[in-house]
Amino acid sequence: MKWNSETIVRQVLTVIAFSSIAGLLLIALFILKEGLPFILKIGPQAFLLNSNWDPANGHYGIYPMIVASIWITLGAMLVGAPLGVAGAIFLNEFVPKPAMRVIKPTLELLAGIPSVVFGFIGVMVLAPLIRAYLGGPGLSLLAGALILGIMILPTVISISTDAIAAVPASYREGALALGATRWQAVHMVILKAARSGILASIILAMGRAVGETMAVIMVAGNAVKIPHGPLDSVRTLTANIALEMGYATGLHRQALFATGVVLFIFIMILNSLAGLVLRKKVRRS
Amino acid sequence: MTASTQTKVDVQAFNLHYGAFHALKNISIKFVDRKITALIGPSGCGKSTLLRCLNRMNDLIPTVRTEGRILLDGRNIYGSDIDVCDLRKKVGMVFQRPNPFPLSVRDNVSFGLRVAGQSDPAQVDAVVERSLRAAWLWDALSDKLDEPALELPLDQQQRLCVARLLAIEPEVILMDEPCSALDPIATSRIEELMLDLRRQYTIVIVTHNMQQAARISDFSGYMLLGDLIEYDVTKTLFTSPRDPRTQDYISGRYG
Ligand SMILES: Nc1ncnc2c1ncn2[C@@H]1O[C@H](COP(=O)(O)OP(=O)(O)OP(=O)(O)O)[C@@H](O)[C@H]1O
Ligand SMILES: [Mg+2]
Repeated sequence: MKWNSETIVRQVLTVIAFSSIAGLLLIALFILKEGLPFILKIGPQAFLLNSNWDPANGHYGIYPMIVASIWITLGAMLVGAPLGVAGAIFLNEFVPKPAMRVIKPTLELLAGIPSVVFGFIGVMVLAPLIRAYLGGPGLSLLAGALILGIMILPTVISISTDAIAAVPASYREGALALGATRWQAVHMVILKAARSGILASIILAMGRAVGETMAVIMVAGNAVKIPHGPLDSVRTLTANIALEMGYATGLHRQALFATGVVLFIFIMILNSLAGLVLRKKVRRS
Repeated sequence: MTASTQTKVDVQAFNLHYGAFHALKNISIKFVDRKITALIGPSGCGKSTLLRCLNRMNDLIPTVRTEGRILLDGRNIYGSDIDVCDLRKKVGMVFQRPNPFPLSVRDNVSFGLRVAGQSDPAQVDAVVERSLRAAWLWDALSDKLDEPALELPLDQQQRLCVARLLAIEPEVILMDEPCSALDPIATSRIEELMLDLRRQYTIVIVTHNMQQAARISDFSGYMLLGDLIEYDVTKTLFTSPRDPRTQDYISGRYG
């Protein structure tokens, strides 16, 4: 083989690619290795379906955290998905192409705002409002869901916009030529055609919401209990790990890794769902 | 050519500009009720543009400016009292590339009904069957109503687009090179369908294929660079054109 610059670049890139993949795999393996034996030892039942989290006395039930994570994520989707899809429709239908060239990158920039900033706004603005007008401690499931719902907006809008923009113009023309109004063309044809892309954006955003840590720690209150309403203080799986990892040792530490495994599985399921949805779209078109 | 030679669509001194480009120059042409009129001419002469004026699809292009009138049954479709959606229900269009929606066969055909807010299932089913029959698709598709339209062969897709249009009972059907994406056998099926539809509908077809124009149309118009050069009964236009430029084009001497 001749060692020209191209083959060297290729070799270097291959090494880099493999080492980064290997790095990620090692991290995943590490989490599994630390967490799985713990789950097997105390039993999935006592870990997943038990409401008593009291590591000092040997109780490791993460059920309240699972419930909290699910509710906060669903709440965030309830806020973020409709707003995001509506935003994407608005951008495609009413914003002229040249303006889009500015708006789209700005939007993607918004996705990069550090979550601690969102948390800060939640603590300073949202939580006091909730406390004043709706009652409760303010730092709550509702606050977490609202902040997360806003945080995922850029993801939903940006991917949905792409999906809607990728719908062939001939569908729109066909609908309008049959006497449909612009809005009828959008909801009867264009959204249907962009359905899988929009769904994928929502699932990916869901993954982001499940995994978000900093902002929820700041606004959700972090009480370990099963919430009875949206104004209750809750602790998510991610918050649980971040709050206790600093001082946990022994079994307690392993329990936190096992919590990580549960999260890992959540997110893997969501990502494979998104992948499935997108693959189906490719196959059909 | 007996009974009716009644004008259905009357284009009067019509001009269209794309920004600074003058694409239709003072066009006047009458489309006869329940006849097929073919628009022929070299690429870029404005055939599609003229066709898309008849259902105001050109309104979608922001740079377009128009002057002049187009009367449908005596009423100016560019008048301020016209609802464009209603107009397009009367003047339907079949596009060059078959463009069924990514929905089921049934939902494609019933699209116009749903646009009009009609959802009574029995009625929808009746209209779907009637339209598919009229487009000669019923035998092929009666047991595939719930299958995705995009999986049909191209000529069935194009006839589905015709069926989708027939479902809303238009009065005029515009066809912009409806066969250019189809093979000869599929083409002849669409042509037969058009001859059949002529009994009920006024049809305007744009075509590059002069044999096709000669085969199926009753009247033909020859366009060149935004002008309507000549308009006549098809047989006359093809056998004894008055204008030498038409003569050049139909004898293949153009360009
Ligand atoms: N959206 C547009 N903006 C600017 N110019 C346009 C636009 N659409 C068409 N034109 C121009 O108007 C002229 C007529 O176009 P049109 O599509 O009507 O031609 P045509 O006769 O249908 O051609 P073809 O046989 O290739 O379909 C062409 O010169 C074309 O470049
Ligand atoms: Mg054309």
